[in-house]
Amino acid sequence: MLEERIITCINCPMGCRMNVQLEDGAVKSVTGNTCKRGETYAHQECTMPVRMVTAVVAVKDSPMPLSVKTRTPIPKAKIFECMKELSRVTVSRPVHEKDVVLENVCGTGVDVIATRNLL
Amino acid sequence: MMEHLKKDLVIVGGGPAGLAAAIAAWEDGIRNLVVLEREHQAGGILRQCIHNGFGLHRFGEELTGPEYAQRDIDRAKELGIPIQCDTTVLEVTEERQVTCVSEQEGLQIIDAGAVILSMGCRERPRGALGTPGTRCSGVFTAGTAQKFVNLEGYMPGKRVVILGSGDIGLIMARRMTLQGAKVLACVELMPFSSGLNRNIVQCLEDYNIPLYLSHTVTKIEGRDRLTGIEVSEVGPDRRPIPGTQMHFDCDTLLLSVGLLPENELTRGANVTISPVTSGAEVEDTLQTDRPGIFACGNVLHVHDLVDFVSEESFRAGHAAAAFVRGNLPKAETVRVSDGEGVRGVVPQKIRKGISEEVRLMFRPAQVFKKASAVVECNGREIARKRAMIFTPGEMAVVPLKADVVAGLDGDVTVRMEVGS
Amino acid sequence: MTDLIIIGAGVVGCAVAREMSRYNLEIRVLERGHDVAEGASKANSGIVHAGYDAVPGTLKAKLNVEGAKMYPEMCRELGVPYRKNGALVLAFSEDDRGTLQKLLQQGIDNGVEELRIIEKEELRSLEPNVSEDAVCALLVPTSGITSPYEMAFALADHAAVNGVAFEMNTKVEHMAWDGDHWVLETNRGRTEARMVINCAGFDSARLHDEISSRKLHITHRRGQYYILDHPDVLPFDRTMFQCPTRMGKGILVAPTVHGNVLLGPTAEDLDDGLDTETTQEGLDAILKACRLTWPKVSVRTAVTNFSGIRAHEAGGDFVIGPVEGAGKAWEAAGLESPGLSAAPAVGKMLAEMVAASEHLEKKAEFRAPIPRPRPFNEMTREEQKAAIEKDPKMGVVICRCEVVTEAEIRAAIRRPVGATSVDGVKRRTRAGMGRCQGGFCSPRVVEILSEELGKPMTEIQKGSEGSWLLCGTISEAMGGQEA
Repeated sequence: MLEERIITCINCPMGCRMNVQLEDGAVKSVTGNTCKRGETYAHQECTMPVRMVTAVVAVKDSPMPLSVKTRTPIPKAKIFECMKELSRVTVSRPVHEKDVVLENVCGTGVDVIATRNLL
Repeated sequence: MMEHLKKDLVIVGGGPAGLAAAIAAWEDGIRNLVVLEREHQAGGILRQCIHNGFGLHRFGEELTGPEYAQRDIDRAKELGIPIQCDTTVLEVTEERQVTCVSEQEGLQIIDAGAVILSMGCRERPRGALGTPGTRCSGVFTAGTAQKFVNLEGYMPGKRVVILGSGDIGLIMARRMTLQGAKVLACVELMPFSSGLNRNIVQCLEDYNIPLYLSHTVTKIEGRDRLTGIEVSEVGPDRRPIPGTQMHFDCDTLLLSVGLLPENELTRGANVTISPVTSGAEVEDTLQTDRPGIFACGNVLHVHDLVDFVSEESFRAGHAAAAFVRGNLPKAETVRVSDGEGVRGVVPQKIRKGISEEVRLMFRPAQVFKKASAVVECNGREIARKRAMIFTPGEMAVVPLKADVVAGLDGDVTVRMEVGS
Repeated sequence: MTDLIIIGAGVVGCAVAREMSRYNLEIRVLERGHDVAEGASKANSGIVHAGYDAVPGTLKAKLNVEGAKMYPEMCRELGVPYRKNGALVLAFSEDDRGTLQKLLQQGIDNGVEELRIIEKEELRSLEPNVSEDAVCALLVPTSGITSPYEMAFALADHAAVNGVAFEMNTKVEHMAWDGDHWVLETNRGRTEARMVINCAGFDSARLHDEISSRKLHITHRRGQYYILDHPDVLPFDRTMFQCPTRMGKGILVAPTVHGNVLLGPTAEDLDDGLDTETTQEGLDAILKACRLTWPKVSVRTAVTNFSGIRAHEAGGDFVIGPVEGAGKAWEAAGLESPGLSAAPAVGKMLAEMVAASEHLEKKAEFRAPIPRPRPFNEMTREEQKAAIEKDPKMGVVICRCEVVTEAEIRAAIRRPVGATSVDGVKRRTRAGMGRCQGGFCSPRVVEILSEELGKPMTEIQKGSEGSWLLCGTISEAMGGQEA
């Protein structure tokens, strides 16, 4: 199956609009990019887009939440599911930066970790 | 007569700028110093910026705001730098007398050998836009909403329109969406976004949030809570074009329409303020025109990267330390001015006869593609930086090498040149 | 049964309530808004007019001059800001000079002192920023400025100290005389009183017409304003008027008691009494008219824009006294400008009328107002130091733009008629009035209100009922568990 996608490169302020030709999900060609970085990004974005998720989770006995992030990017398609799982998490003090708040979020193999101390 | 405390150095503000300045001064041997921070914790605005993307230049990795701040807080703690939180500075005088108040210490007057101003910036509110309509609830600056969501744990609304496509607005579009709100649109007055492409893609496009360029909010509706807004297209003069109105039913309007250095204390100290940057005019040492008063970070000029804030503030800390030790003599300076296509070069003055690298920072007045920033002294080109693109959304930096600085024999101008 | 119900807690209703609280009566004030001063009293020019522009012989003329003379002492007693800054009415042509002559004569007839016409040279020496086009001006040394809503708050507090009950969010829908007392239908149920005083502002005609055969004709006249951030040096020390028009006193440029600069108002007749939105046309018109007075005017430092409604009665004068053809009912209606200036005198006049008619007796003890402490921002350093030693929360600055402390915000909520909303805190303390417009302090103010009122954060309103700020915790928004 042939597919054409227009994506914006995020590597620099140029923001090249790139035209990506895909066949059965594989990148056939990339045009519109100014440099090599655009092409690499287009491949990544069209085959396996990933995103860091940053959010906050509830803290027991406190209205103030705790900020967290996925340790590494997770598949873009899993973002909302990840948020849903995080909304069910409540942590108790003390928490240190980098402590795991939720293991293997949405089966991605990626842990969610605290991004600040909560002592 | 009230008793005065004596400090070699007082740093006003414990955000990334103040922390970096304090660390630099401490490393230069200044021990009798204090950082005054008005919030309960140091870290400044980074505390509420829970997204990642900070620190790539400085640490070579992408950190979230709280993580970036924590590195400086940890370093300051390790060194033993006193950070006095919950403390508001009421006044800084030209003679470097700092008056502050806090619950714990009451009113304190500190005679400071040097002062570093690092108060950061604030958001432009609705009033500054002059948008007509009712004064209902539901209109927040993006940063206020960010504080409610990320620090307080509350949602300010469910159906949201964002005015302004600066990075804070874009980040909040995603943040509100992930938190279950419906973001209907992001509206931008200019024909281009001032936000990073990465944020346009990952905060708007990822969630199918439309971006309306060359549009603005022309009416705010709702008697109690916001019920809707009217958005119109604007012409090249940025005035609304009659007949182009669109209506959005929403309960929340977030404003991300610019940041202003918070210079009330600076003004009170009789420091000359640049009408272009809205920050102090400084020498290459970050010293203002009032001896011993330095400024760095967003209070000096609004940065887009905290890494540059830290870098600038380290320099301010070192310079303030030199001043305290009497190693920063008053020097003759050359003036640095904005040429064509350039807005707000910092520093505005360079000392004559030094041989140190000086980094000129400014914002291009518009988008320039395949262009150069050209630095001239007495009409002679002394530096040039080429790039595929310069945009107002990204601070441009042109370094002047030490030997070039040593050779300065007159006023300097920075201008943009297209082509070549 | 309540002895007296006062409808409306604007500056006039509050002035009446305070005067009536001198007598042995059980008094309630019913206010449809969520706070005192929610109508015209919160959004006007804040000028205590000298009294030259009302037609001699009218109630407007009499009560304006009387009221203005009461201001300095009353503001001192109640701790309300007031400054006799003087005013100038500018003439831009010889026609205008004729108008000034007329105003001068009117002023003299009304008993206004120290009025005189000054020529260009003197004008420019008094106010160097005034336009070169101004040929002469009427100098009005007795004109003053105050903070209209703070006046209303102080009057309400003082009335409450003397036993008056204030009931907010209570709108009187209908009223009828039931043989020997009044029956009032409100949105919160039916209530009764032996006597009623109608001070309902733009709503006064509706209530009046229900009980009187002689109808009132009140037009809702909207005035839009810009307010500019306090400059280092005020452009004008005096209130700068242009020659009045049929629609009002014209557009002014005035300093406020808090050091801001006020531009406006427009004058637009409306159908909807609550339509307090600003419009692009209105805002543009202000700027254009102000340029005439102040060529260098710029709204670059505007803190906000707002509009207020004034109630204009077709007869052109205040309507004050017993309601014609009704039992024990009195009223103060059509109190457009100079209503604020006249308010103290209106309160006194109505109270004396009611007392004489009903043979009321004064209380043995009329309590003094609870002192309103000087704002932290206006204290000397020594005073600030002492204030924090006395109450450490005085050292916690919540609003950085206007330098308002936590102790002041808590005190404002604990006043006899205390703040119940973010706007209520703002008008009582100035927290959020500054250039950031509450961007930094509003989250803290919401928290403090939540603590003081014992309500969850999500129930705290900006102002009116329904002006919510937060719709839930983030966990609720995600359908997760309660945080």
